Amino acid sequence: MLSRWLPLEGPLVELEEQIDELKRLAAQERIDVSDKVARLEGRKRKVMEEVFSNLTPWDRVQMARHPKRPYTLEFVNALCSEWIEVHGDRAFGDDGAMVCGFARFRGRAVAIVGNQKGRDTKDRLARNHGMVSPEGYRKAGRVMELAARFHRPILSFIDTPGAACSPDAEERGISEAIAASQMLMSGLPVPIIVVITGEGCSGGAIATAYGDRVLMLEHAYYSVIAPESGASIIYRDSGKAAQMAENLKITAEDAQRFGIIEEIVPEPLGGAHRDMAVMSKTLGDTLTRHLDALTQLAPADLLEQRYARFRCLGEWNEPDAGH
Amino acid sequence: MAALKRFQHKTAGNLPLAPPAQSASKLAPLSPIKASASLNGVSNGSSSHMAKFHNIPENLMTKCAGCGALLVTKDWERDLKVCARCGYHARLGARERIALLSDENSFAEWDAELSPRDPLHFPDYENKRTIAQLKTGLKDSCVTCAAQLEGRDVAIGATDFGFMGGSMGSVLGEKITRLIERGTAERRPVIVVTSTGGARMHEGLLSLMQMAKTSAAIARHRAAGVPYFCVLSDPSTAGVQASFASLGDFLIAEPGALIGFTGARVIEQNLRIKLPKDFQSAEFQMEHGQIDLIVPRVKLKETIGQLLSLLLD
Repeated sequence: MLSRWLPLEGPLVELEEQIDELKRLAAQERIDVSDKVARLEGRKRKVMEEVFSNLTPWDRVQMARHPKRPYTLEFVNALCSEWIEVHGDRAFGDDGAMVCGFARFRGRAVAIVGNQKGRDTKDRLARNHGMVSPEGYRKAGRVMELAARFHRPILSFIDTPGAACSPDAEERGISEAIAASQMLMSGLPVPIIVVITGEGCSGGAIATAYGDRVLMLEHAYYSVIAPESGASIIYRDSGKAAQMAENLKITAEDAQRFGIIEEIVPEPLGGAHRDMAVMSKTLGDTLTRHLDALTQLAPADLLEQRYARFRCLGEWNEPDAGH
Repeated sequence: MAALKRFQHKTAGNLPLAPPAQSASKLAPLSPIKASASLNGVSNGSSSHMAKFHNIPENLMTKCAGCGALLVTKDWERDLKVCARCGYHARLGARERIALLSDENSFAEWDAELSPRDPLHFPDYENKRTIAQLKTGLKDSCVTCAAQLEGRDVAIGATDFGFMGGSMGSVLGEKITRLIERGTAERRPVIVVTSTGGARMHEGLLSLMQMAKTSAAIARHRAAGVPYFCVLSDPSTAGVQASFASLGDFLIAEPGALIGFTGARVIEQNLRIKLPKDFQSAEFQMEHGQIDLIVPRVKLKETIGQLLSLLLD
């Protein structure tokens, strides 16, 4: 039971159980407990506000990896109609960790590429825990190139703990696939909006995160390396991941402060998984606003602005230029 | 010869970098370097004990990291730090790389003044950086320059593994991007030599963004029809390999260089498997279609010159 929830959610899960139990007994005994339920609901709200306004970076990582966290296909279903998934890279295979296709988003035809995790053990294995293989990036590249040819905007959903880590991925050129994907996205003359919905981890994430806008859900994280891996390199102890999460500055607020994302998309209290209807409404409105703005631009301006957006990222000292 | 003397004086290791067949006067002049202890480290570390024992000058002998053979340092350096016995290619610093590939008197460094910041206030980053700066005489992990290669105007960049594992932070990303952009504007073929462990985690997401930044610059360089070559030396991995180091018109590796994305040890631990010894070697990558050719160090400049000529003349 508890494994479906995070330790930080413990107090409110307990309250929720009490409320359910109370309601069940009241129904059974036909007594009115509405004031007691209301009081408990009030307490639950307070507990939630307290818990979710004080999340540490490591808590954010847990939230992004929450077993109930909505994945790309759930976002697509909530946001779009007429979703048609397409498969394969035309060279080697079909990667379940990357889903690609076309759909209608609030009347607009769009192309969608996104990292996909599995919900149960079998599905998780089939989708390699959202760790994308070279053929996954190449499939996405194929679909994005097609979208550009027919002037369809692209939505890219990011939720990956990193690119595939295996001899197969190396042999089939995972480095080249990641590099080529970024290069391709920098030159596609249609609007590209990237949404980091859960884990935005390392090269596996940036591969498909080159766009005109990069948005982040409130409890997603975006990092150059998984905190555990960073800790095992720097501290030689993957147990120090919480400390490393702190050092690496991986929260949406940090990313916004460094100019790496345009906007933080707020989640319903307690996280996206607690109210998908509210979540998809907020995200849908945000996407519409950005798409409306981007479709106004001539392709050449779009590309110039996209290049400039990434071109200016980084911090260094330079005596004369005063950067 | 003045240039050569200055170079020898500044690099404590006294290594001439012309290929054996060439005369010493063909050496490229280099801008002043404070110290090149990383070069020394290679020879010092292995020979000092023996030197003390036999009461012979330090640095006289160098132990090959590949086969363990004891080599006369002078000969080993004349051989461009390639073991005469087993062919093991020892790592070179960024300035040595540029000297190896550029013509005499043709070297003009670009953006040498760029130095790193600590935007994340990452614990110990400042100390690590300072130590690396003292050790290598570089401000960060790469050197970029305009140069001539066999008489042709080119732009060359090289990463230095001695500086925090040749890792890519904001400075490396910015310098490589400027190198490519300037190469595009001046229609100079760009050659980048990598020796790196990947993105520098001490600069967090800003390091990750350099992958995107450099890759986009290459897209424009390609569109302008100017060549871009990657020379992958030991090791070329992770965030750098998954960005500008994989996007060359030709991917040229040195023999035995480690090339890959995820480290072998990480894969072994994650999947609980044992990987073959040559996993991710240049030869392995060539067998799997991931690189164009493997070229011994002594032939590197000549081969690049030939490829450029075949594309452009």
